[in-house]
Amino acid sequence: MAVAREFSKHRKAATTAAKAPPTRGDGKAAAVFLLPWFIGLVLIVVGPLLASLYLSFTSYDLFGDPKFIGLENYTRLFQDPRLAKSLQVTFTYVFVSVPLQLAVALGLAMVLDRGVRGLSFYRSVFYLPSLLGASVAIAILWRQLFGTDGVLNQAIEWFNGIQPLIQIGTHGWVSDPEYALGTLMVLNVWTFGSPMVIFLAGLRQIPEMYYEAASLDGASKFRQFTSITFPMLTPVVFFNLVLQVINAFQTFTQAFIVSGGTGGPVDSTLFYTLYLYLQGFANFNMGYASAMAWLLVLIIGAMTALNFFASRYWVFHDD
Amino acid sequence: MTELTSPATVTASPATVTHSTVQPRHRRARLPRVRLRALTKHAVLITVGLLMIYPLLWMLASSFKPDALIFSEPGLIPTDFTTENYTKGWNALSHPFTHYLINSLLVVAGAIVGNVVSCSMAAYAFARLNFRFRRLWFAVMLVSIMLPIHVIIVPQYVLFSELGWLNTFLPLIVPKLLATDAFFIFLMVQFFRGVPRELDEAARIDGAGHVRIFTSIMLPLAAPALATTAIFTFIWTWNDFFSQLIFLTDPDLYTVPIALRAFLDSTGESSWGAMFAMSIVSLIPLFLVFLLGQRFLVRGIATTGLK
Repeated sequence: MAVAREFSKHRKAATTAAKAPPTRGDGKAAAVFLLPWFIGLVLIVVGPLLASLYLSFTSYDLFGDPKFIGLENYTRLFQDPRLAKSLQVTFTYVFVSVPLQLAVALGLAMVLDRGVRGLSFYRSVFYLPSLLGASVAIAILWRQLFGTDGVLNQAIEWFNGIQPLIQIGTHGWVSDPEYALGTLMVLNVWTFGSPMVIFLAGLRQIPEMYYEAASLDGASKFRQFTSITFPMLTPVVFFNLVLQVINAFQTFTQAFIVSGGTGGPVDSTLFYTLYLYLQGFANFNMGYASAMAWLLVLIIGAMTALNFFASRYWVFHDD
Repeated sequence: MTELTSPATVTASPATVTHSTVQPRHRRARLPRVRLRALTKHAVLITVGLLMIYPLLWMLASSFKPDALIFSEPGLIPTDFTTENYTKGWNALSHPFTHYLINSLLVVAGAIVGNVVSCSMAAYAFARLNFRFRRLWFAVMLVSIMLPIHVIIVPQYVLFSELGWLNTFLPLIVPKLLATDAFFIFLMVQFFRGVPRELDEAARIDGAGHVRIFTSIMLPLAAPALATTAIFTFIWTWNDFFSQLIFLTDPDLYTVPIALRAFLDSTGESSWGAMFAMSIVSLIPLFLVFLLGQRFLVRGIATTGLK
């Protein structure tokens, strides 16, 4: 979990490169080796970044010239009800599905950690969905699983049929604005495999002697979890949290496919990035889309900063 | 921080990664209670596993069923087995599906070459060369990893349309040749730092320059990191929908995800069987990469948090 550790001490990360520098300068060689990266940085990353900042102050439809309109795009951001809706959808998704996904990942990592037979088989099975989860094919499958005559409704009807006590209502889960976002959250939880693998690696770093000492002192399994496992694992939890929050904020493919590119029904799956796409590449409001993009940077930056700030109070460093 | 500089972060010996060779933590006498516990554990794992895999199996089974049976017959084994969905789906769009597979493979191949070459070069400079403002550039590189693509996509689109690159594969490949997937630079810097410096010192005494050290010492030793980069680039590019949707609007150039989306739009809800068949086809390359590259995948995620 070395990287997780570096990640949570990010300030140090930038300086480690300078340790034990060779005595002579390699300026020319460095220029050659870094040339592709540097061109890319200037032309494909920083250039467009600055251009997008400029465009965010203009009205631009790609065909005419950008027209400077000052802060108008930004004031519009605060009055746009669809933007507010898209923020609400995205935040709900992030705050509900990321903790759920991490909880499932941690739970199964705990079960797998204590020498289960066939560990690598189980790990593969649990990991597979997180490789496939971002694909269009899985989004298509999801649309079907939760459709009106989809597998979920078939399962519910079967369950209602075999016993009279608990009767569950069926819905068109994807087409009902109340549940559509939920189906996408389930999809996110389904891809818990990659955080689980990270948790497994983290669990392996916890020295066995802590558990031995705790059992000698008569600590219960639950107590061992709350007093040893979880505190020792907090840097990894933190790493997963930062990563998954950033990922979840950028959800696009699944919402696009499941809602047929509209964010519907009734904007219930109008993710922020999907709305940005619609504004920029369907309506060609490039200026407004750029302003939206910068708001996204601010939000992700603020969330990450908040995460780092809060981490001082709950992440434990064993050194 | 010390672990970070050892190659163990990427090439961790199998024992520390796969766990299967590690002795179980609590090997006690086989009491019935312990056995019962192991059984419950497996029951939980198998139930969760089935729940996870069931949707995939269902899609596979449905792709071999006639449309009428997909929704009326919930079981996995088709009572009426047909491969018609595959022939129908293969030719449902303006080109046979092979065309889209080839397009996707071209984009993937370009992206892999680009990432492996350009990111390893940059990583060598950050890991081994001494130059001005190295710390600053390294920090810039780290920050660029976090930057969401949505922020730069609009000006990129304007730039590429000015260059006449819309509806070519260039917007999907050239950025990789220019090391814009900085994550892989980070991955390889970690790896290169773990290669003993004595090796390049020795080569330098023998008169080797940086190019020679890079190609003859670093790259061969970094094969696992290069493989990890190639595998993740394959998976991400194969799954990438956002940028391909934006840059490719000509049906001749559709890649697999865009073709699937076009299929979904044109046939709507009418031919799920063919839809599933082509979805399965689109997942097969991912599945193969998963089977062949699992070793690298698990290490890659465990050490860097790649998805």
